[in-house]
Amino acid sequence: DDDDDLERVSWSGEPVGSISWSIKETASSSTSSLEGRDSSLQKGSSSYAAFPKQVSSYSLSSLFKGELYLSLSALSDTGVKNYTPELRRPKAEYKDYSSDWSPKDTVRRMQRGKVCSLERFRSLQDKLVLLDEAVAGHDGNVITAVLIFLKRTLRREILFRELEVRQVALCHLIHFLKESGEQKFLLDLLRFLDRTEEVALSQYREHLNIQDVEKRREFLKGCIGLPFSAEDTSHIQDHYTLLERQIIIEANDRHLETAGQSEIFRKYPRKASILNMPLVTTLFYSCFYHYTEAEGTFSSPTNLKKTFKIPDKQYVLTALAARAKLRAWDDVDALFTTKNWLGYTKKKAPIGFHRVVEILQRNNAPVQVLQEYVRLVEDVETRLNLATKYKCHDVVIETYRDLKDRIQLTAYKCKVERGSAEEDKINSILNNMQIRWKN
Amino acid sequence: MGRAQGASHSPPSLCDGRFCFLVRPRIKTMRYIADIVNADKMSGRSRKYKIIFSPQKFYACEMVLEEEGVFGDVTCDEWSFYLLPLDEDIISMELPEFFRDYFLEGDHRWINSVARALQLLNSLYGPFGKAYGIGRCAKMSYELWRDLEEESEADGQGRKPEIGNVFLMDRDTDYVTALCSQVVYEGLVDDTFRIKCGSVDFGPDVTSSDKSIKVLLNAQDKVFSQIRNEHFSSVFGFLSQKSRNLQAQYDRRRGMDIKQMKNFVSQELKGLKQEHRLLSLHIGACESIMKKKTKQDFQEMIKAEHSLLEGFDIRESTSFIEEHIDRQVSPIESLRLMCLLSITENGLIPKDYRSLKTQYLQSYGPEHLLTFHNLKRIGLLTEQSAGETLTAVESKVSKLVTDRAAGKITDAFNSLARKSNFRAISKKLGLIPRVDGEYDLKMPRDMAYVFSGAYVPLSCKIIEQVTLGRGWVGLGLVGPTDNPAWDSQRVILAVFLGGCTFSEIAALRFLGKERGCKFIFLTTAITNSARMMEAMIEAKA
Repeated sequence: DDDDDLERVSWSGEPVGSISWSIKETASSSTSSLEGRDSSLQKGSSSYAAFPKQVSSYSLSSLFKGELYLSLSALSDTGVKNYTPELRRPKAEYKDYSSDWSPKDTVRRMQRGKVCSLERFRSLQDKLVLLDEAVAGHDGNVITAVLIFLKRTLRREILFRELEVRQVALCHLIHFLKESGEQKFLLDLLRFLDRTEEVALSQYREHLNIQDVEKRREFLKGCIGLPFSAEDTSHIQDHYTLLERQIIIEANDRHLETAGQSEIFRKYPRKASILNMPLVTTLFYSCFYHYTEAEGTFSSPTNLKKTFKIPDKQYVLTALAARAKLRAWDDVDALFTTKNWLGYTKKKAPIGFHRVVEILQRNNAPVQVLQEYVRLVEDVETRLNLATKYKCHDVVIETYRDLKDRIQLTAYKCKVERGSAEEDKINSILNNMQIRWKN
Repeated sequence: MGRAQGASHSPPSLCDGRFCFLVRPRIKTMRYIADIVNADKMSGRSRKYKIIFSPQKFYACEMVLEEEGVFGDVTCDEWSFYLLPLDEDIISMELPEFFRDYFLEGDHRWINSVARALQLLNSLYGPFGKAYGIGRCAKMSYELWRDLEEESEADGQGRKPEIGNVFLMDRDTDYVTALCSQVVYEGLVDDTFRIKCGSVDFGPDVTSSDKSIKVLLNAQDKVFSQIRNEHFSSVFGFLSQKSRNLQAQYDRRRGMDIKQMKNFVSQELKGLKQEHRLLSLHIGACESIMKKKTKQDFQEMIKAEHSLLEGFDIRESTSFIEEHIDRQVSPIESLRLMCLLSITENGLIPKDYRSLKTQYLQSYGPEHLLTFHNLKRIGLLTEQSAGETLTAVESKVSKLVTDRAAGKITDAFNSLARKSNFRAISKKLGLIPRVDGEYDLKMPRDMAYVFSGAYVPLSCKIIEQVTLGRGWVGLGLVGPTDNPAWDSQRVILAVFLGGCTFSEIAALRFLGKERGCKFIFLTTAITNSARMMEAMIEAKA
């Protein structure tokens, strides 16, 4: 029965007639449903009266039904009672009045996990009251639910405008958009809020989901123009350049490796591709496989150092680790040797020599190599510790001599092999009358 | 629990045509389930699907199911599982995502869960005495919980309460403690091997065999319960003493006659064997920890941390961190140290910030740009702007102070907040103990022992000040007053919103022993510095 879906309203939007009137009009429907509707209607009409006049509830279909009704009634001889077509409110709408919860109660019910239709919150003001109640209720689940409803029923600009002054709700919407992957909507929101840096970062973030390197490179290229801070722009630029280089190096080296011509690749086959690795890893790789290359090639360490303005410290640490791994001790030596203008050579390092020792030791450097750097450790205590730990006897002996510590030196005699050169050295120092021992 | 079906990427296979998913309410998981259902529909298979949400269903999840067109195809249930007792005194909500969701994203979705957990505890062991809180989330959780209580006022009245006061604390009131390297045994085990839901997987390096062993770590473990709260330096000594005792007990059987032997075998041997097994596991764990820690210059790192806490040799610590980054030592450790530097120093000076950030991106990958952005938003790693003197800690505290609704705040706290930063708070509360001579870690005299005597955890100090009546009473929220003479006053519920560390638990256990009271811990999850840092990293979708 079509009638069941309709509530009669006058042109002004007010329900037609009294309760008894509507009962009479729908006498064909069952009594049980009528009873249920009775109370709701009363409630509905009373609350409805408070609303401003709404002509919008008048629809074409209800007009059509009205006409039909008219013609049917014209057949009977009850007269011309229903002469004018009536405006009817869709039943779905008034049905909500049967659970006519205030915004506060709605939020409360939702917090308890009960299903609650939000459709009746149609005016902007109602929606906002509902949202504010949800925020005041401290339940994120409900706040998000209300926001989903608002997002569906409000134009973006209006929603954004209102959220700008509701920070808690705004956070919830942004989090929801991130989680549900509605990137375009999110970007619109961030742009509206003038959060340009977040717009940029949010777009940049998408590169994480691009697997194909060529596509990723293209994408990163597009990121360079995004409104990052000046500092971050250069990081993005570097990211792009790095991947671009890696693609070139990878293609070359894969070719070299499969061709089997290059000794280093035969001796130390690559464990993984260099694509998408950090810069320092790339530098290590290039110090390992391409150390001697001229600066002109993309894969040479010096080229990387220049392009990415790698600080000396970082460069030396990485090169040291790579060359030590290959046990190329000459390269290690060259790394720290500087010549002054008179041609004298001197060992210098932008990092502490104790670090150098540690890295060399980790790569199983022989004692001869190790002790040269232990000797350069400035702090006496650290030097002694390292020298003792790694059995660099000469350094220990010389340090005790310089400290004029006869007791320690004598004690050290038992740490060296009997009859060894070290023992002789200790003895000759101990017998040296020139030294004025402190103990 | 919790890491259920939806987490894996191959569809769960059950043959009888019924699928059941036990999941956290996440949008991503809903999409995953919807894909399975839709794929089945496409291939004309008909199955039954049930989703069980724990601890509750979210409206956004239903929305996704509706959008994906599977709304009527699946039935949904809720499993209101809020409390997982990890031990006699630790209850976890197992919500590690709480930290990121609330503190980074500002999402209040889990506050309802906290309120319900409180309600549940209140109905089981309550009614609680006074409730204190610090932080916004604490306040909201409290209010929502009171709301729930008002609705169901019926039960729990007139019963003898078992829990006295309740203290709720937001994790962001004290990041420093959570960022420090842990040195009590349980914390160190967590940092090294990751304790999950109260149990740990000891790998082959610990078990000295080729297989891993899963060990439950709680008060039931007779060996563990005696060393868990100890400083690591005294654990080895304890274990070797213990093994000597054990040997002596084994040796007793030498002089036994048949009857005594029978008794020994039937009654004691099993216990001894069990103890033996546990002992060798923990000794193995200690050795493995030692090995790992010496490899990564633990001493040097601890030294740097302590300098940061005390505010000495900042340049030296900064270059230590720099070198850590340059050498590509663990990315998580590097982040942690930078955050510690930032929080203790009111943010990094711009030059350092830029240089450390650049080097970090070069060492660990440019995509960490996103990590830095997150850390800045949450306030863990910030850059000092010219003339700025407010720190993260300070602004948190002063926010609390200006929050009138939070209650009366005494002058002491006010004056503290006005001129403070971590350094000032630390001075005011005496967080760095003055030590004459060596700090005796075996016989600790304060909570600082959990950090080798160098630092009293701020979080625990606040709880001490508030709940044990050392001024500042009335800070935060005041709940219903009860008869303070009851025994229940000796039991304090410490609620950590956003996670708590084993070091904090150890410190409060120590405090409880000192003061003759007992702390019960309710936390959204057990956390440590690594988990916090990992929560800040952006992963691909």
